[in-house]
Amino acid sequence: MSTPVRFGPYGGRYVPETVIPALDELTAAYERLRGDPGFQAQLAELLKNFVGRPTPLYLAERLGARLGGPRVYLKREDLAHTGAHKINNTVGQLLLAVEMGKRRIIAETGAGQHGVATATSAALFGLPCAIYMGEKDIARQELNVVRMKLLGAEVIPVASGSRTLKDAMNDAIRDWVTNVSDTYYVIGSVAGPAPYPAIVRYFQSVIGHEAREQILAAENRFPTELIACVGGGSNAMGLFSAFLDEDVRLTGVEAAGEGLDTGKHGASIERGRRGVLHGSLSYVLQDAYGQILEAHSISAGLDYPGVGPEHSFLHDEGRVRYDSVTDREALNAFTLLSGVEGIIPALESAHAIAYLVKHADRFSRDDLVIVNLSGRGDKDVHQAARVLGMIS
Amino acid sequence: MSRLEQLFRERQKKSLLMPYITGGYPTVHECRHLLEAFIAGGADMIEMGVPFSDPLADGPVVQASTQKALDEGVTPDDVLAIAAGFSGRLPVVLLVYYNCVFAYGQERFAAAAAAAGVAGLIVPDLPVDEADEFINICRSRGLDPVLLVAPTSTAERIRMIAAQASGFIYCVSVAGVTGARTSLSDQLPDFLGRVRAVTSAPLAVGFGVSTPEQAAMVAEHADGVIIGSKLISMVADAGDIDIAVKAVESFLSQVNEVIK
Ligand SMILES: Cc1ncc(COP(=O)(O)O)c(C=O)c1O
Repeated sequence: MSTPVRFGPYGGRYVPETVIPALDELTAAYERLRGDPGFQAQLAELLKNFVGRPTPLYLAERLGARLGGPRVYLKREDLAHTGAHKINNTVGQLLLAVEMGKRRIIAETGAGQHGVATATSAALFGLPCAIYMGEKDIARQELNVVRMKLLGAEVIPVASGSRTLKDAMNDAIRDWVTNVSDTYYVIGSVAGPAPYPAIVRYFQSVIGHEAREQILAAENRFPTELIACVGGGSNAMGLFSAFLDEDVRLTGVEAAGEGLDTGKHGASIERGRRGVLHGSLSYVLQDAYGQILEAHSISAGLDYPGVGPEHSFLHDEGRVRYDSVTDREALNAFTLLSGVEGIIPALESAHAIAYLVKHADRFSRDDLVIVNLSGRGDKDVHQAARVLGMIS
Repeated sequence: MSRLEQLFRERQKKSLLMPYITGGYPTVHECRHLLEAFIAGGADMIEMGVPFSDPLADGPVVQASTQKALDEGVTPDDVLAIAAGFSGRLPVVLLVYYNCVFAYGQERFAAAAAAAGVAGLIVPDLPVDEADEFINICRSRGLDPVLLVAPTSTAERIRMIAAQASGFIYCVSVAGVTGARTSLSDQLPDFLGRVRAVTSAPLAVGFGVSTPEQAAMVAEHADGVIIGSKLISMVADAGDIDIAVKAVESFLSQVNEVIK
């Protein structure tokens, strides 16, 4: 089984020579273990009993009625252990790390969900763990910082650049370059140098496989459309991967922040140009000289000026449509879903809901939509309450 | 023969002195003064960085210098202009992250570098596997695409890199990012030996060299000694450009004495 290095022109391995042999080693281990029944059994066991899979596919009737249209199903990744889809990938990569004999785990995090999931998985395997997190994100995702510390991880604040996910990833890569012989770097999205985009997609594809089975069991037909938010793009790739060859519309929702024309957004596909960031060629927010621009989003997990290379490819191919919603639209959806369905979504996932709400008139009663509810919103309650004026 | 090959071949010294500065640091004007100090201190080649927002092969010292230059509004064009002012006096090699080259256009960047008299380009995040097109473009412009090898490079990769090498091979002294280190790896001679075994190209060592003693040790095994973070720290610590210029010149002179 060979692992893709490129998706069309996108992807590649634009990283210092020092870590290229480690990427080769990772590719080899991944290809070997993917076909190994023992590894697969371990992974299946962890996903079932530790992560709590399969996650439900929930028919959100009140939301559908409110929108006056389609049957809306929510893929409940918010019910996975630690509260987001990120754990699917981290338990898988931790298994790889252990099999490869690595003694130390590092990761970057934006919203803190990937950091929490990595810290959780490292604790499960008894390995020391360091999480890089931008200072700005530490301030707005306090709950997750405390969780990581409780889980025994060291949280390393990153003060450079925009002090968000991009800079956390820079420092995680620098750590990895320095400690590559014993350290495993758990990348949290379908981004980074090959083979990471393929590996993360593989571990997240469980979302799509389950959703496919569940929707066929419930409705006996394929959905009309799948909707997922896109930061780096892992929850979207995970869901989409099982439907790429079917006649199903696929929509990725980026962060429009304060508006696409304000320059304060995270819409790398809609407003970026081809470029190299964090080891792969993809759409990137950058200036004319290739300096990477600061992204902006109310949601720390979407506050990233790049996107996974496979998304750039799927965009160019026209297989997935990418659109965006603003901070305000996401907040409204956050409130709506909480009140209508009793589910407080992560602000990231609220972007996917907001897209559906915004374009409700495009859907008919016969339409069958699955929205990936990638995470739960506990981590965002404080920030949302402040923005909504519920606390000062 | 390229200008860099000639420089190494015709050298009278054990090892060449190759100081690094971030282009346009601390300002475009002051950077020129520092380059004068490089020459006065005995530099054989100038290595100059093109400031990039996300320099992931660099440690905190070079990162801070890069940020300062970007805050000053320094662009790749400014760095090329500085290079043009010195390339007639000694060879200038640019260290540039791939996205800066890519955004400029590989062809256009190579043409601009050649027009500025630049001798070679080092792209720290473009490993040999990704570099075919870039290497061809450089060669067609008479630029040496300088490749890096690391202590973690396998024998097979060292051979791959050596087969494409031009000018010199940049040997990264340790697994890690740029930055002064109190001691260099005792694996260095062994690592350089592994590279020598497969190539006759000159070897320059960088990352971590920060004292004349370390430079002398490196010079026993390598054809060039690259010093970067140490010099930038000296500039940052001096706070005043005249003091910095004197300190840099005097430090490089000391190093030059022991690597001759
Ligand atoms: C709940 C949730 N959804 C989505 C994302 C965005 O990441 P991705 O696009 O890789 O799914 C994050 C990232 O932190 C997240 O926490």
